Amino acid sequence: MGSSGGWRRGAYEAKNSFHNERCVAGPRWAARCRVLGRVLSGAKHAPCVLASHPPIATPSTSVILKGVLKRKVGLEAFAFGMLAIVVALLPRYLSDFHVREVAYVGIYLIALVGLNVLTGYSGQISLGHGAFMAIGGYTTAILSVDHGVGDIWTIPLAGLVAGAAGLLVGVPALRLSGLYLALVTFGIAVSVPQLLKKFEGLTGGTSGKILNLLKPRFGVDTTPNRWLYYLTWTIALVLLALAWLLVRGKPGRALQAIRDSEVAAASSGVSLATYKTLAFGVSAFYAGVAGSLFALGTSFVNPDTYPIILSVFLLVGLAVGGLGSLSGLVAGAGFLYYMQNHADAVARWADRLPYLSVDPQQPGIPSVVFGSVLILVMLILPTGVGGLIRRVLSPLTSRLYRA
Amino acid sequence: MTVLAFTWTEFFQQVAAGVRDGGIYAGLALALVLIYRSTRVINFAQGEMATFTTFVAWSLMNHGLSFWAAFPLVLLIAFAGGIAIERVVIRPVESAPVLTIVILTLGLALLLNGLMSVIWGGEEKQFKGPFSTRTIDVGGVPISIQDIGIVSVLVGLVVVLGLFFRYTKLGLGLRAAALNPASSRLAGVRVGWMLALGWGLAAVLGAVAGMMVAPIVFLDPNMMQTILLYAFAAAVLGGLDSPVGAVVGGILLGLTIDLLGRYVSWIGSTLKLPVALGLILVFLLVRPGGLFGRVAARRV
Repeated sequence: MGSSGGWRRGAYEAKNSFHNERCVAGPRWAARCRVLGRVLSGAKHAPCVLASHPPIATPSTSVILKGVLKRKVGLEAFAFGMLAIVVALLPRYLSDFHVREVAYVGIYLIALVGLNVLTGYSGQISLGHGAFMAIGGYTTAILSVDHGVGDIWTIPLAGLVAGAAGLLVGVPALRLSGLYLALVTFGIAVSVPQLLKKFEGLTGGTSGKILNLLKPRFGVDTTPNRWLYYLTWTIALVLLALAWLLVRGKPGRALQAIRDSEVAAASSGVSLATYKTLAFGVSAFYAGVAGSLFALGTSFVNPDTYPIILSVFLLVGLAVGGLGSLSGLVAGAGFLYYMQNHADAVARWADRLPYLSVDPQQPGIPSVVFGSVLILVMLILPTGVGGLIRRVLSPLTSRLYRA
Repeated sequence: MTVLAFTWTEFFQQVAAGVRDGGIYAGLALALVLIYRSTRVINFAQGEMATFTTFVAWSLMNHGLSFWAAFPLVLLIAFAGGIAIERVVIRPVESAPVLTIVILTLGLALLLNGLMSVIWGGEEKQFKGPFSTRTIDVGGVPISIQDIGIVSVLVGLVVVLGLFFRYTKLGLGLRAAALNPASSRLAGVRVGWMLALGWGLAAVLGAVAGMMVAPIVFLDPNMMQTILLYAFAAAVLGGLDSPVGAVVGGILLGLTIDLLGRYVSWIGSTLKLPVALGLILVFLLVRPGGLFGRVAARRV
């Protein structure tokens, strides 16, 4: 989104600086690239990958760079470890019902991590990830109900089917960018529920399909809700780690280069077609897994399980979490779940404020609360929670990096 | 669905209905394009803003005003409301990532939608339009006065807007601010206010579209949601940068959807939206910038 805006700003600078910068392309080029990156990607301090590789790197800078990377990896591994510990310990202190709620946060997290690979790293906006979740959920339902596949074994299959659908969408997406792509993906989000209703024989039409209740396996003795929790969060942590490896490595650098400037990336030898389609496939895989877990958790699917607005809400979670930031996404997922289901709690709290009288039971109030909170959050944290974390940590990390 | 016998009379009536629906999509699409040109975002709240102002019109008419007395008042309120929204919500995050602004407009849509339920209740309301639904004979085809009236109001609005952008200094300033903010600022255009003005005009367009569509469908808080979707599609079809494209795209889309839904029984009413979007996808693959849009070449 906003690619042409970025182009305009870039072009404006280019016009002013074209005559005297042909030899010393380095810093100015980097500045322009950063402007583009900021506009395209959103991250306020978006690191521009191409610019961070100056044409002539002296040995000393590359050594420093290596040290910095090592420390950064350490910090991120530490954060990941903390998250894993919290996830493992949390069920001890929560009721069965709340454990179930946190499980749903995990499901949203999986979808958000996938969407972040696509939107945060490769810069392609998708308004259709709810549809990929639907594809995953229906794959699970059809396989387990009609073909007797064991429930949890359908999860990777659901991911693969959705991922294949994502690759298919990724091909026409190569020709489109920004809002044009957003419209096409939105078209998918709109079409999938209608198609689900049309092909009743496969999908069960409007009434959908009822799955067997999720039961603990492998001799684990626990409640179904806790089983859902452990299942979801194990998968979420594994997928989070995989996404982290992906975006840290060569593919991640390629995707960010594409996001910051397609032309520059292509001329540096990055295959646009491969990586853009790959990003679509990977993120659809994540959405499919999330949709599958969603179906297993609720034990039924129908076209309304994955409403059109879900695709839009996933983008909300991404914006609240912060584009291109894996750590902020946990907050984004939590926001998404709790604001959708517990807006009335905020309304009750607002009712106690002076001069305000809010009746949480009145229809429309949850929307008002969700909308106002969303507006406030975006006004206070324009770069999301991830941006906040980055800003808070920056005195610490910059000292580490200077080393 | 039973397929009725084909008659030319009915065909022309369908065409008239298609043009009327298309005109409404075009009105809202034009509002989207106005904001897109200046702010580079799609305003998800456009539909809700339009519905809100239509509710205001409904309230005014309930207090005894006639439609044409309420009409200019509502347009003024919409204009002020649009400017206020830009100043309060959009301006503070002007330099933020585009996604942030888009999500803000989404929050606005949720907020307005909830507010409408709170203020006016969620049930459907009858909105009495200014035109009678009586049909008159146009070249042997009976066409309702309402359809003709709606199309002429929207055409009039588009013409006035076109003249405003083309021949007034303010219109020139608006175009300049959208095209090149930095240079316009240097030339003395108050870019910030131009953006606010753009939001105000978009709100006015939405209000007109809302008041035109409300007599056809019933008035409820979700009235414009599907229409916003069509308008988005129409704007993209026409090329997001082009106001002419929005109008042409809207009318083309309205015609296509109405005729497909009526004459291809397999599509019917359930599949007409997916099919229309599929057609747009195919079209975009051939012309990625829409009908009248340009694909921006980027210098690296």
